Amino acid sequence: MSRLPLAAFVIVVLFAGGRQATCAERLVVSLTNHRVMITSNYTGVELVLFGSVERDPAGVARATPYDIVATITGPRESLRARRKQRVLGIWVNTQSRTFVDPPSYLAVLASRPLDTIASAETQRRLQLGIADTPFPELVHNDIGAVSNDPFRAALVRLMRERDLYSEKPNAVTFLTPTLFRASLSLPAQVPIGSYAVDVKLFADGKLIAETDSAFEVVKVGFEQFVVNAGREHGLLYGVATATMALLTGWIASVAFRRD
Amino acid sequence: MEIYLPIADIPVNIFLVLAMGLAVGFISGMFGIGGGFLMTPLLIFIGVQPAVAVASVTTHVAASSFSGAITYWRRNAIDVILALTLLAGGILGSSGGVALFTWLRTLDQLDLVIGLSYVILLGVVGALLVGESARAIIRSRRGKRIELRRPGSHTWIHGLPLKLRFKRSKIYASAIPVLAIGFIIGFIGAIMGIGGGFLLVPTLIYLLRVPTAMVIGTSMVLTFLTMIAATVLHAATNHLVDAVLALILMVGGVVGAQFGAHAGQRIRGEWLRMLLGLLVLAVGLRFASQLVLRPDDLYSIRFLGGAP
Repeated sequence: MSRLPLAAFVIVVLFAGGRQATCAERLVVSLTNHRVMITSNYTGVELVLFGSVERDPAGVARATPYDIVATITGPRESLRARRKQRVLGIWVNTQSRTFVDPPSYLAVLASRPLDTIASAETQRRLQLGIADTPFPELVHNDIGAVSNDPFRAALVRLMRERDLYSEKPNAVTFLTPTLFRASLSLPAQVPIGSYAVDVKLFADGKLIAETDSAFEVVKVGFEQFVVNAGREHGLLYGVATATMALLTGWIASVAFRRD
Repeated sequence: MEIYLPIADIPVNIFLVLAMGLAVGFISGMFGIGGGFLMTPLLIFIGVQPAVAVASVTTHVAASSFSGAITYWRRNAIDVILALTLLAGGILGSSGGVALFTWLRTLDQLDLVIGLSYVILLGVVGALLVGESARAIIRSRRGKRIELRRPGSHTWIHGLPLKLRFKRSKIYASAIPVLAIGFIIGFIGAIMGIGGGFLLVPTLIYLLRVPTAMVIGTSMVLTFLTMIAATVLHAATNHLVDAVLALILMVGGVVGAQFGAHAGQRIRGEWLRMLLGLLVLAVGLRFASQLVLRPDDLYSIRFLGGAP
């Protein structure tokens, strides 16, 4: 029995080694900002992802141009999608599905439409694009992905409406054949937390290199102070807020005293 | 000018929120209501999460009702004994209401229950107010003296300090209905997330026959006491009070409430009740249309982590 893990390990090593050998390109990416700070005047921000493809000098030059697909995934949070139905003349939430930890932000930036970059099968295998991103659902205390689900479609549609999900086929531009940039816009109602940036390099419909980066969205200064005070010293925060309310009321009544 | 709200997690236009505070404050000062049933839907409409809206509005209502209460205090238009008796019943009612609220939430139909209670309550109260005040206006147009028929509505003279002794003895004689009213207001308020001023004002006028001028000041004292308690409770348990949002709202609210209180003193009682009735009916109709009309999108999503 102890041979099985060993065999698996050997296969992994062989596979990894084999894959490395075929990789003639290396992908280097960076972001303009790894820390998006939310201050009182935050109304959304634009980040720029840039990178370059480093060719192995010994490798052969490719005939076809490179393609880039960058997937930015925000912090995950479970949510419930609900459907209304008319019951006795009133619209009521009758059905619902619970999605387990879908990304609260998902942006897919590509240099060309995904279908022209890779085959449908490759897209599915690499979970490329929103359509092929699995959204596990809670079904009878079990977790599984349900495709062609109207609730899943509704989730994607509602998240797109809030600018939290997006798929932009022409967001990545190549400045030179090996140098590219992409701009990523974060909406005003951006989820707080860490974001993973996964960049894949394609050529000839095949994945040839992959790298990742990350950034985080944090509240700083006064905003952070308020959040911390509210979370950690709730009672004190409440008393302070209540005192603020009484003071404001009192000041107003003094300022507007007419009798 | 946009400003980012730290707890609500969204940027809002500071002038828009100030204007909303002013408008709702004016109405609350005029009618002696907290204005929560107007402010909460407005905030939800501009994109604030319902839970944060409800919690932050309690702080705003506390400030604007406190400033209003001071104004009425200077006019001696507050019955402290009545307010405290109502508060005693109200605290009991709130605890009961919160328990029912928690139970309904586990059934996943809280939204529907809240929507239906808004429609029924606002519809009934609004219709009663409009009907009664219309009759009173018609009676006064025909030259009949309302004062003779309705002892509760004749003290609409600015700063009339009396009636307290008479009224106090009347309340003493029947402390149980006062406690019961306080209990029901607290119970309904906890479920619907409102202070209950718009319920208390007509109940005191029609059931207890308290003079309208006294009702408004007394209702404000009760509202500000319950809302102060609610602010502290919301902050301590749910961490949902957005102090920045509350501050902008209350600055607008207290200023509006001052003007509203002055305006309210100049309008005749029956017209004031007619206006309040129409306002309550309008909000009730809006809630009814949400329930009856086919929504633009049948689907909705709700995040499960963090905020309830």
